[in-house]
Amino acid sequence: MKARVKFRKFGVMKFIGHLDLLRYFQKAMRRADIPIAFSGGYSPHMIMSFAHPLGVGLTSDGEYFDIELTEALNSREAVARLNEVLVEGTEVLSFVQIPDTKKSAGMTIVAAADYRCLVKSGELPENHQELTGRFFDQPEIIILKQTKRSEQMIDIKPMIYRFQALPGGFFMEVATGSAQNLKPDLVMKAFRQYAGLSEDDISFTCHRLETYARDGEDNLVPLEKLGSEIV
Amino acid sequence: MRKLALSDDILMKIEKPARYIGNEVNSVMKDKNDISIRFAMCFPDVYEIGMSHLGIQILYDMFNRREDTWCERVYAPWTDLDKIMRRDNIPLFALESQEPLKDFDFLGITIQYEMCYTNILQILDLGQIPMAAKDRRENDPIVIGGGPCTYNPEPLADYFDLFYIGEGETVYDQLLDAYKENRHCGGTRNEFLEKAAEIEGIYVPSFYDVTYQEDGTIAAFAANNIHAKEQIKKQMVKDISHTYYPQKPVVPFIKAIQDRVVLEIQRGCIRGCRFCQAGMIYRPTRERDVAVLKDYAYKMVKNTGHEEISLSSLSSSDYSELKELVTFLIEEFAGKGINISLPSLRIDAFSLDVMQRVQDIRKSSLTFAPEAGTQRLRDVINKGLSEEVILQGAEQAFAGGWTKVKLYFMLGLPSETEEDMKGITHLAEAVARQYYEIPKDQRKGKCQITASTSFFVPKPFTPFQWETMHTREEYIAKARLVNQEFREQHNRKSLRYNWHEPDVTVLEGVFARGDRRVGQVLLEAYRLGCLYDAWTEEFDHDKWLQAFDNTGIDIAFYNLRERSVEEILPWDFIDIGVTKKFLIRERENAMNEKVTPNCRTRCAGCGIGMYEGGVCIESKG
Repeated sequence: MKARVKFRKFGVMKFIGHLDLLRYFQKAMRRADIPIAFSGGYSPHMIMSFAHPLGVGLTSDGEYFDIELTEALNSREAVARLNEVLVEGTEVLSFVQIPDTKKSAGMTIVAAADYRCLVKSGELPENHQELTGRFFDQPEIIILKQTKRSEQMIDIKPMIYRFQALPGGFFMEVATGSAQNLKPDLVMKAFRQYAGLSEDDISFTCHRLETYARDGEDNLVPLEKLGSEIV
Repeated sequence: MRKLALSDDILMKIEKPARYIGNEVNSVMKDKNDISIRFAMCFPDVYEIGMSHLGIQILYDMFNRREDTWCERVYAPWTDLDKIMRRDNIPLFALESQEPLKDFDFLGITIQYEMCYTNILQILDLGQIPMAAKDRRENDPIVIGGGPCTYNPEPLADYFDLFYIGEGETVYDQLLDAYKENRHCGGTRNEFLEKAAEIEGIYVPSFYDVTYQEDGTIAAFAANNIHAKEQIKKQMVKDISHTYYPQKPVVPFIKAIQDRVVLEIQRGCIRGCRFCQAGMIYRPTRERDVAVLKDYAYKMVKNTGHEEISLSSLSSSDYSELKELVTFLIEEFAGKGINISLPSLRIDAFSLDVMQRVQDIRKSSLTFAPEAGTQRLRDVINKGLSEEVILQGAEQAFAGGWTKVKLYFMLGLPSETEEDMKGITHLAEAVARQYYEIPKDQRKGKCQITASTSFFVPKPFTPFQWETMHTREEYIAKARLVNQEFREQHNRKSLRYNWHEPDVTVLEGVFARGDRRVGQVLLEAYRLGCLYDAWTEEFDHDKWLQAFDNTGIDIAFYNLRERSVEEILPWDFIDIGVTKKFLIRERENAMNEKVTPNCRTRCAGCGIGMYEGGVCIESKG
């Protein structure tokens, strides 16, 4: 039986990178006595896969991983047992059963994520609301994307699904996952460029709000909604 | 929520910010308003190394059981953060409270190897605590050192207020109680040091004066304070089954070197290898009760969630309940996705059988530590491992499917000849030949025999404490000779040879047997920028040579002479229970190539029997 765990990452835990977080949850599974399944071989490992890695420095209210269970476990009890053994900065929000099919699990189904980016230093322009609207209304948003290996100009507009002004920052819904992926700081960089601001003028802290998959009708649904409570 | 000592901007800029944020599973948080003693426990190396150390976990647990004490941890900031802290004048802090070290009552530093000494100065310096003990004021923390290097604490004497000689489980309570009482009575820092000096095992270096003869050797070592004892007796836990053991060790977020449940099955070693300091200072050998260990295994797996259990001891095969313990661990845990790792096992039918059950033979290699290349030299060092036993072990291992063997040796041992050095090569060749005796259709391709050598450093409290070392050039010549010999072997394509760089060996030698005067070199090296000397990429040999030059300290005086047995050695004021008479006798046995049987076979009368513990009473009972 497959289960999906939704959790929150906040406070000092934002400095724990993806691989370390994975090890942290593996150890938590054992401390909480979750009946998790193992692979075979000389060094068996837990069957566990994370939806989409969160960058170091980011916090989130909508992180997910899937696990394989050897026996059923009541959702409420699983949440309680896990939270009992977690440290401050991580909290399990839900534990649901997901269908056993390959298609419904893992990272491949992730399609989008919501972020809130708030001002960390500096000040937003006075016409924040209007500027935000104009920025998003552009037919294309070209930005230089730098990776360790390459630099290229890309149009990120098709990957931004929603973009709104918030008091003190922005809300955005962007493409996320293995097919298409847009990081919120790249959007912020594009915005800065558009507004004629530098990184010294204004910087942001980003927080992931939710992670989505597409359902049969091509609607974005939070990953936890693809599962059901175990009673 | 806790406020971190470092800003987000700094933490995002440096490597592995998780080293500095605390908050790990099982780390202990207390309300500082409810406690009266704040103790910062430090391992002076980077977090991943320091977090792997069992001793600190034991003391952390022990101190935090006291309601009046909060023990926190601190490790050396890596060079990236080091630079930022200096630039921005950020005081070094403890992980739990994130508060500056300088506000603590105690700073305890475990001293595990000589090459971390510059990091000790770094901790004090970044901690904004005066580096020299004599410059510390009433409100500065009491700086206390412990661990194996404190069996010769003299090179560090200027920088510590106290040293704790021996095992931490015995008199710390007494020391902390004395501190509290002294403060309660309005006593001064010096008055506390005087009280501490009267506690067994506690050494206050400033209460002693050392004078030197014209030839540089020590003329006298004498107390200058009536509270100071003449001899400092090493502390030892008699019953290690019923003492402190951390059943909820701290679990790091980032991968530490030792990322597993560690069961210390025994302390000490019955073998008595003559080069080995641990084998002398941790006498007598004491075993932990197997029922207690089984119980710890359950609890520690449950409390940490670790996926591996490892046994810790100097020589696991000598643990008398090994079969029972290992069988239990495999049956109980191996089926639950938990690996069992078994270091320091002698290769025999039992250990091979066990390893086949818990390891992937294709990936793992078997390790032997003959230490010397010929039987003659192995007799000198009292390493009771014969070529026959090694070849038998290898034969069984090859039959069991292993193809990789590692062999560990030392170069520069007392009385070593060219034949002994070449013997290293010949032993490796013999192991390879053993493999190729298996018919071609039954073996799996080539074997891989790796021989590694390190250079021998004589350590205090061993029968070799009086021996000379060699120059850097001589060490290189020794390694070259071995390397050349390897190239001439028939099976050279299956053999590999690695050797350690000799630069560090020379420094280790100076600090292992140095006196108080070498403390200046250390400070000068630190001033010149030496740090993380145990890390090859950070080690700067030229700066060290410069430091010796600037201070006028002569390496040859410490490394290149044989000491006479009459000479007053810097560490003579410490009584480890093993007598000097025994060490001299063992030295003579070494020169006569005479083997001394292990403690369980026959008591060698080393003197530790006075402590009435472990193997000493086991053999009489």
